[in-house]
Amino acid sequence: MTENPAPGTPEPRIVAFCCKYCAYAAADLAGSMRLSYPADLKIIQVPCTGRIDVIHMLKALEEGADGVMLAGCLEGECHFLAGNLKAKARVGQVKKILTEIKMDPGRVEMFNLSSAMGARFAEIATEMAERIRGLGPSPVPKKPKKAAAA
Amino acid sequence: MNETVTSQSRLERILTSGRLAVTSECGPPRGSDPSAVREKGRLIKDHVDAVNVTDNQTAMTRMCSLAACIHLKQEGIEPVLQMVTRDRNRVALQSDILGAASFDIPNMLCLSGDHQSFGDCAQGQNVHDLDSMQLVQTACHMRDQGKFLGGADIKRPPALFVGAAANPFADPFEIRIPRLAKKIACGAQFIQTQCIYNIDKFKAWMHRAVDRGLTERAFIMAGMTPMKSVGMAKYMKTKVPGMDVPDAIIKRLSGVEKKKQAQEGIDICVEHILELSEVPGVAGFHIMAIEWEEKVPEIVERAKLFPRPAIDE
Amino acid sequence: MIIARKKPIEEILSDIAPYDRILILGCNECVTVCEAGGKKEVEVLASALSLYHLNRRDKKTFGEMTLERQCDREYLEEIRPVQDDWDAVLSLACGVGVQFTAETFPKLPLLPGVDTICLGANEDRGLWTERCQACGSCVLAKTAGICPVSRCAKRLLNGPCGGSANGKCELGADTNCAWQLIVDRLKALDRMADYETVAPIKDWSTDRAGGPRTVTREGIQI
Repeated sequence: MTENPAPGTPEPRIVAFCCKYCAYAAADLAGSMRLSYPADLKIIQVPCTGRIDVIHMLKALEEGADGVMLAGCLEGECHFLAGNLKAKARVGQVKKILTEIKMDPGRVEMFNLSSAMGARFAEIATEMAERIRGLGPSPVPKKPKKAAAA
Repeated sequence: MNETVTSQSRLERILTSGRLAVTSECGPPRGSDPSAVREKGRLIKDHVDAVNVTDNQTAMTRMCSLAACIHLKQEGIEPVLQMVTRDRNRVALQSDILGAASFDIPNMLCLSGDHQSFGDCAQGQNVHDLDSMQLVQTACHMRDQGKFLGGADIKRPPALFVGAAANPFADPFEIRIPRLAKKIACGAQFIQTQCIYNIDKFKAWMHRAVDRGLTERAFIMAGMTPMKSVGMAKYMKTKVPGMDVPDAIIKRLSGVEKKKQAQEGIDICVEHILELSEVPGVAGFHIMAIEWEEKVPEIVERAKLFPRPAIDE
Repeated sequence: MIIARKKPIEEILSDIAPYDRILILGCNECVTVCEAGGKKEVEVLASALSLYHLNRRDKKTFGEMTLERQCDREYLEEIRPVQDDWDAVLSLACGVGVQFTAETFPKLPLLPGVDTICLGANEDRGLWTERCQACGSCVLAKTAGICPVSRCAKRLLNGPCGGSANGKCELGADTNCAWQLIVDRLKALDRMADYETVAPIKDWSTDRAGGPRTVTREGIQI
C-alpha cells in the first residue's frame, strides 16, 4: 500500500455502524458488564446494517475516520431477513474501491453478532482498533475534531 | 442421384460412380515454407481421392488455405478448399472462390469456423457476414447462375463441387436431420461429418437421413479420426464440444499398455470403417489423422479401400 | 436499455489527471437502472476520487450533478450556467450521452466514466445481459422471438454451429446457445417445421456496415 500516514493520532478513530437489534444492544450489554473497549469508537445506531450504503462508509473515511466497521446480526438472523447480507456485499464493494484508490481495504470490516454477545462486542471492537493501529492513521488530512464527528 | 457432374472433381466422379470415396486432411503450416504441405500431401497422395485443406482451423493463424491448395495441386493432389465465414465477408469469399477456380481447384467445403477466441487472435473481430449455409448458396449461385451475389455476370463461372459439414452428435439433438436437410437444400453436394466414435448413434442418424431421402441428394462421407492415446480420447470426450466418445472406446484404449495405444487407436479406426462401409447411405470416408498423416495409408489399406480407383479425365 | 459498466478507477484517475475541477455527471436513464452511472454512482465515485486526492494532498475538486437524460439537449442545458466552474466533465452516461454533452459544450473537455456494453435486459439482481445489436432489420419473427444476431457469437442466421453442447455455446458454460433457445421455443410454439426455412443472406447495410444511422420521421419534424 502506498498510504502516507499523517503524524499520528494516538487512538484510531473508528466509526461503528451498529444494528439496533444486535450489535447496539451488545454494546450496551458490554457497558453494563463493565467490559472495556476502545474509547475512540463512534457508535452509530442504525435500524439495520442493510441501511448502510457504500457512500456512508466512504464519507466516514473522507471525513477522517481511520476505520469503519459494520456490526450486524448473525447471518440468517437479520430482523429484516437479508439486510446484513446486503451490508456484507457493500463492505466488499468498499474494500474493492479502497484497493483501487491505494488505501488499505482492511480499514473497513463487517462483523456479525447477537444482542446477547456483550463480550464478543468488546472483543471485535478491540480487534478492529488493533488492526487500524497497525495500519496507522488514515492518510486523509485530519479535520478539526468537531467537523470530523459530524 | 444426379448423374451429371458439376466440376472437374475426381472426388465428385468417384462419388457419382457409387464407389466409396476417401478424403483426408492437411493443415497448412504456421509459416511460409510450402515444403510441409507438399510433404504431407506426398505421404497420402496415392491413398486418397482428395485432400481437405483447413482454413485457419481452431482460429490459429496459418498459411492460407487457397495457397496450400495450390501447392497440393502442383503435387498432383486434388484439394478440397475449406472456407470459413469467420474471417471474410461476401466480397472476399466470392473473390477467393474465383481465385480457387482460376487454379481449377474443383472442391470446396463451407464452414462457419471455430470462434476466434480459441485461437491466437482472441481480441480480433469476426465477420460472419454469411453463415455456412449461405456460403453454400453463394458458391452454387456463382456456379449455376454464373452471377455474383450483386447480380453481375461472371466471366468463366467457377465449376465447383460444393460440400458442407455435419455433426450427427451435436445439440440440439432433434434438429440433427433437419439441419442436414437444410444444408442439402442450400445446395451442398457432399457432406463430411464430424469424427465418429459412437457407431450406433451414427447409424441411427444415417438411417434417418436415408429415410428422408437425403442420401439421394448428397453424398455423406463419414468422418474418422484415429485416437493416438487414451489421453486424447478423454480429451475429445470432455473438452471438445459436440464430440461423442463412448466409454467403451476409452476402456479399450486403457486396456492396452501405453506404447500400444496408438496401434489400438488405428485398429479401432479400421474396424469402424469396415463396419460403416456396409451401412446404407455411407458414400465414403473422411480420414482426419491430425498431425499423423503417415498413418493414413495403413488405415486405407487395412480398411480395404486401396487401391483408389483411376478416373478417366 | 443500454447497459454500461463502471470504468476501473485507475483508468479514470489517469484520464482526469490534467484537470483540477471536475464535474461528475450522471444520467437518470439506463445507466441508473444498470447501476453504473446514476446519482448514487456519481456520489460514490466523487467520494472515492476525493479520498484518493485528499490522501495525496492534491487540490482537485469534484462536483456532482445528475441529469434526467444526457441524450437530450433540453436537459443538457442545465449545465450551461455552471459550465465555467469546471475544467472537465466526467460523464457516467453511455457513449451517446458523453458525445451529446460534448457536442453541446464544444469547449468543455468530456471524459467517459463508464464503458458502454450493449442493449440488454435486467436479467437478475446485478446481472445484465445482451438482447439486441440494433442491426436495423429485425429477424425475430423468423427466429421464434430469440435473436441470433446478438445472442449467437457467430450471429448465425442458420444455426447452430457444431459447437453447441448441452444448450451451451462453445465459448463456455456462461453463454446459452441462442439456437438451442430458438429450437426450444419453436418446439414450445409447435412450429418446428419453421426450422427448415433457410434464412436468406442478410442485408447488413442497416447494421453498422452502412455507416452512422439516422431515423427521420417527417410527421414529427417541425
